[in-house]
Amino acid sequence: MTDTLLEIDRLSVDYETARGDLKALRDISFDIRKGEIVGIVGESGCGKSTLISSILRLTAPNTRFRQGEVRFKGEDLLQLPERKMRDLRGSDISIVFQDPMQTHNPVLSIGQQMLDIQHRSKASKAEKRARAAQMLGAVGIPDPEARLDQFPHEFSGGMRQRIAIAMALMSEPDLLIADEPTTALDATLEVQIIERLQELQQQFDCAILFISHHLGVIAELCDRVVVMYAGAVVESGEVREIFHDPKHPYTRRLIDCDPGHIKERARVLPTIPGEVPDLANLPGGCIFRDRCDQAMPRCASQVPPLAKLKEGHHAACWLNHEEAAE
Amino acid sequence: MLLYATRRFGLALLILIVAVTVMFLMIRAVPGDPVQIMLGPRATPELQARLTAELALDQPIWKQLLIFYGNLMQGDLGIDVFSGRSVTEIVFQQLPHTLWLILGSITWSAALGIALGAYAAAHPNTVIDRVTAAISVSFVAAPAFVVALLSLLIFAVNLQWFPAIGAGEGFWGRLNHLVLPAFAIGLSWVGYIARLVRASMLEVMGESHIRTARAFGINERRVVMVYALRIAILPVVTVIGVGMGFLLSSAVFAEIVFARPGLGKLVIDSITTRNYPIVMGSVLISTGLFVVSTALADLINAWLDPRARTAK
Repeated sequence: MTDTLLEIDRLSVDYETARGDLKALRDISFDIRKGEIVGIVGESGCGKSTLISSILRLTAPNTRFRQGEVRFKGEDLLQLPERKMRDLRGSDISIVFQDPMQTHNPVLSIGQQMLDIQHRSKASKAEKRARAAQMLGAVGIPDPEARLDQFPHEFSGGMRQRIAIAMALMSEPDLLIADEPTTALDATLEVQIIERLQELQQQFDCAILFISHHLGVIAELCDRVVVMYAGAVVESGEVREIFHDPKHPYTRRLIDCDPGHIKERARVLPTIPGEVPDLANLPGGCIFRDRCDQAMPRCASQVPPLAKLKEGHHAACWLNHEEAAE
Repeated sequence: MLLYATRRFGLALLILIVAVTVMFLMIRAVPGDPVQIMLGPRATPELQARLTAELALDQPIWKQLLIFYGNLMQGDLGIDVFSGRSVTEIVFQQLPHTLWLILGSITWSAALGIALGAYAAAHPNTVIDRVTAAISVSFVAAPAFVVALLSLLIFAVNLQWFPAIGAGEGFWGRLNHLVLPAFAIGLSWVGYIARLVRASMLEVMGESHIRTARAFGINERRVVMVYALRIAILPVVTVIGVGMGFLLSSAVFAEIVFARPGLGKLVIDSITTRNYPIVMGSVLISTGLFVVSTALADLINAWLDPRARTAK
């Protein structure tokens, strides 16, 4: 496919630790096409953060790339020299981080920081400043010209996250990674940010990799979803497919647990019993087996492959194979 | 910023008044009749009575304090009992020597300490880091009087690179005479500041805004030197401000070992002879120096850190 922007191909990433290798990502494959919004859902610790830091290659020193490729416009980012990788960061690939309160430098003015990230541009200082003000205006910061001289602590959390989005989009990137950009904000702000992202995505025509554990947001915003569990992809497909016809028990349970999907007044919110397996000491077979209410003998012995069920819908569960019907 | 500065200096003035009052009372509490010590055993009662009256020692203590502050307002710190010269004049004659010494020590030790610390933090757990750590710890551990005597022996007596005693004449002469004493009292600060900067830098480098800066492809040198160091330097500025007080006390013996004129030497000499006006005058100036330097440190911090400006 020629319009594929980012292709993660059988990526496996370990963390070397004192108690052995932590298998943070195993055999991850999915792709993002130009101008598409792809969501990644999963609980904390499922490898979402490792995945984005791997794409940007801003990983901790104990990270080991064991196999696979991260192809951006056909080029494997993992093989790129550091200099060329740095050229991509903040120009072709931008990121909005999770916590807006910590994401800006506290002692430099917003304007200074927005000027700094235009370090590749040959424009004059005044032009860069005008561009920064224009971007602040685009994300709905009132009186942007004057506010450029203010410092991060003089803005509210919602404003800081919008500034972060403005900074990320300033270079008109092809891919915007949004790492739980609304998790630290309250619900009304969340809607604002999502709507703003949608508008800007259309305006700038960039692809977005949107990471969240909020299914409602994913359903609202994304074209496709990748469901991750304990460092592996368990299901992926079109948003409608996944939400209306989930093919992996984990996805199903996740949807059941989403407060937005609970119809009646419930005294106790549903949860998925059990714990995520120890990534340093993975059991054989299916990783979700211990928490799955439909587990079969086969699940203990064989790892289910991520199989194509129909065009644009993959799942890794033995239930979807012929034998399960028996 | 202006409001902050005004408030900070108001506070400094208050601290100064309290400190000077306490000093004034403490010096009066030292046992022994100061008049007798100053004039010696063979002084006539008339002479003693005259000096007592001159120093207002026959007045109640609160009145002595009022007289002292009254004179202070007019820039009058009293008259030296022995030479009859104005104390203000004597103290301000000695002050520049001590100021030179302190500023010289803090400048070289802060510059080297910050560079070493930042360098170590940029390469954590490498050989460079460990060597820096070893150097810093041994610098911190070296007592200034040992360094002073050793450097005097090695660089002044054996190698004869630098003069051993005195303050020198003219700019270059003064600078030349400053090298050894500034080296002696600044050395442990190099290690101390290096350790502080390293710890502070490592903490800042782990913060998420550094990750943001990197994610925008800002080059590593700028990330370290501007994005991280500007925050990491904040606690160092405070420590240096307070450190001026310690340097003042190190200056006392540096001035004795290197036979330099200065406030420290003046204080020691006048305490042994109970020369009250001089002691009060020099203590007042040193206290003022200390209070002003901590206030300046706070102001520099406020200038570097916008959060501190609005918080207070």
